[in-house]
Amino acid sequence: MNLFKWGLRKAPAVFHAGASACNNCDIEILDLLTPRFDIERFGMTLAGSIRQADILLVTGVANRKIAKKLQQLYAQMPAPKVVAAIGSCACSGIIFRDSYNVGTPVDKIIPVNIYIPGCPPKPEAMIAALIKALNSL
Amino acid sequence: MQRVAEAIKVEFGEQVEIIEKSAKRIFVYIDKKKIKNIIHFLFVDLGARFSTASGIDDPGYFEILYHMAFDKEGMFVTVKTQINKSDPEIDSITSIVPGAEWIEREIHELLGIKFKGHPNLKRLLLADDWPEGVYPLRKEFPQVRRE
Amino acid sequence: MARKIIPIGPYHPLLEEPEYFKFTVEGETVVGAEVSIGYNHRGIEKLAEAKTYEQVTFLVERICGICSTSHPFAYIQAVEDAAGISVPDRAGYIRTIIGELERIHSHLLWVGLASHFIGYNTVFMWAWRYREPVLDIFEKISGNRNHYGMFKVGGVRRDIKKENIPELLETLKEVEKFVSMITKAVLDDPVLHARLKGVGALSNKDATDLCVLGPTARASGIPIDIRKDHPYAAYDKIEWDMIVMQEGDVFAKAAVRLLESMESIKIIRQCLKGMPEGPIDNEDIDIIPGEGIGLHEAPRGEVFHYVRTGSGPYPERHKIRAPSFMNVPSFKKTVIGQTLADAALITAAVDPCYCCTERMIATDPDNRLIAQGKDLIRLSQEKTERVKRKLRGK
Repeated sequence: MNLFKWGLRKAPAVFHAGASACNNCDIEILDLLTPRFDIERFGMTLAGSIRQADILLVTGVANRKIAKKLQQLYAQMPAPKVVAAIGSCACSGIIFRDSYNVGTPVDKIIPVNIYIPGCPPKPEAMIAALIKALNSL
Repeated sequence: MQRVAEAIKVEFGEQVEIIEKSAKRIFVYIDKKKIKNIIHFLFVDLGARFSTASGIDDPGYFEILYHMAFDKEGMFVTVKTQINKSDPEIDSITSIVPGAEWIEREIHELLGIKFKGHPNLKRLLLADDWPEGVYPLRKEFPQVRRE
Repeated sequence: MARKIIPIGPYHPLLEEPEYFKFTVEGETVVGAEVSIGYNHRGIEKLAEAKTYEQVTFLVERICGICSTSHPFAYIQAVEDAAGISVPDRAGYIRTIIGELERIHSHLLWVGLASHFIGYNTVFMWAWRYREPVLDIFEKISGNRNHYGMFKVGGVRRDIKKENIPELLETLKEVEKFVSMITKAVLDDPVLHARLKGVGALSNKDATDLCVLGPTARASGIPIDIRKDHPYAAYDKIEWDMIVMQEGDVFAKAAVRLLESMESIKIIRQCLKGMPEGPIDNEDIDIIPGEGIGLHEAPRGEVFHYVRTGSGPYPERHKIRAPSFMNVPSFKKTVIGQTLADAALITAAVDPCYCCTERMIATDPDNRLIAQGKDLIRLSQEKTERVKRKLRGK
């Protein structure tokens, strides 16, 4: 088995980027760190910087001001990289999709591998989705 | 007449039109040239709190509403003033109410109204590459409606 | 001399766009402060003009996830004010319960974050762990941990059933034990006194001129609280106290929030026990042309909604003003002259929408980058260590 893939599956480093989010998905992601959900038991840790990240979690609709920054962030991430769009806003923009300040959905700005819809998705759903994605690598 | 409404009437006489919608909601119509006088009276003399201001694009004119809170009386006085669409500008109230700085910037960039004397009238919310002269909150800016 | 610090630290690694809060430092002192916002601007006021009044309730819920209920609370009251719609008493009590539960969860969230900033990571974990029972109550009442969808024009969507109330009261007791413990711990801790008192004080005069709101105002001696001044829902039907302090520093702001959470528990308990029977919704709604103002005391301060109703199905104009809009600019007064190690904490003390505090940078007067958000947090944590050592006489 590819060493990178094995390492990625066993101890992925997760980096969280909030792109014009309402912060609900963001606090549910932070909740994953707290005692009740505790993603560290799956080996997942928070990366200190994007250059150490394996998985990029994107929340929010990515408005015009932030879209370029999101692309820069993606470019700085070392391969192999996995991008998860967390929340219905990141998946499709939902109620904000017609706004004058929301350009395109996240998957038109950077490639997305995992979609976790929900407003916000429950922490259990996020953990399940991430484990599923990692197991399918 | 309510105490605050009475005080405004005494101070400004014919320059204002006062509508008391209820004990808690009073609307005061005034010419835009007098805006600093009335805001000074409400904020400094009567001790109201400046809650926020709303800019509105009405058919034929722009309107700015200044919402002043009288917390001890549990009521709001909303000062309404009209602005010409051909020459949309009004005095800034930041010299009287420093807390109004951001909301005037927001109304400026979303509606295109110029606030004379504002210390820092540059963009607040919109991106730097948002085109000049395009004001999203104006009715002429297209709206997407899904039925 | 400018130096670039390599960022380290495991928590809150958020999007690293540099222009958010920008502090100019000379030596260790902050001499200039600027902020640039707009990263969250989604054009909601424009969107609201193309949605029906019921749809707008769901739209404004998603302005902020932490104060998810505050915006619908103010918005529906604006519509009810504009069209003269009355609300049944039971609905008013349920609205109060939801509003206060949100206050507790938001203040606990803030306590966790602020603790992380000063290096008390255990408190961060505990505060967030004790948020969970509050979110469980939300899930039992409304079906979702956040974005509850409970409010509608004229009433509420779901009832709190009588048979569920004993369970809710039990969970509330659990939360109360923690909040009570953390309040005493913070108010009595000598390290926190040394670390937080006198830091970033906002004077009463500045607070009035800048028109700040919520705990930021009440910590600077301004006794305003929408729940007392412009009573709505069930707030004038129950007993509770407004918490006001005079010093305006970070310690006062923390104390106000913690003591307020204790008051919130009192309010919820009285509401759960004293809720009158009756309908939860005024079905007879006719939205006539008019204009109305709706207010709610959110965890961060007054949320203001102005709605102009017309003859059509959509609002003609919807103005939204969140409390952080008035509170955040106060950082210009509180951060200048303070040390860089305190900059992160002072900005966080007004409890701006959480994402915002992460985007901070510090530069020297020649505009060279000195420190980024994570560095500022680390500097803050290091200062706490120094304060601790000094107190222990090392």
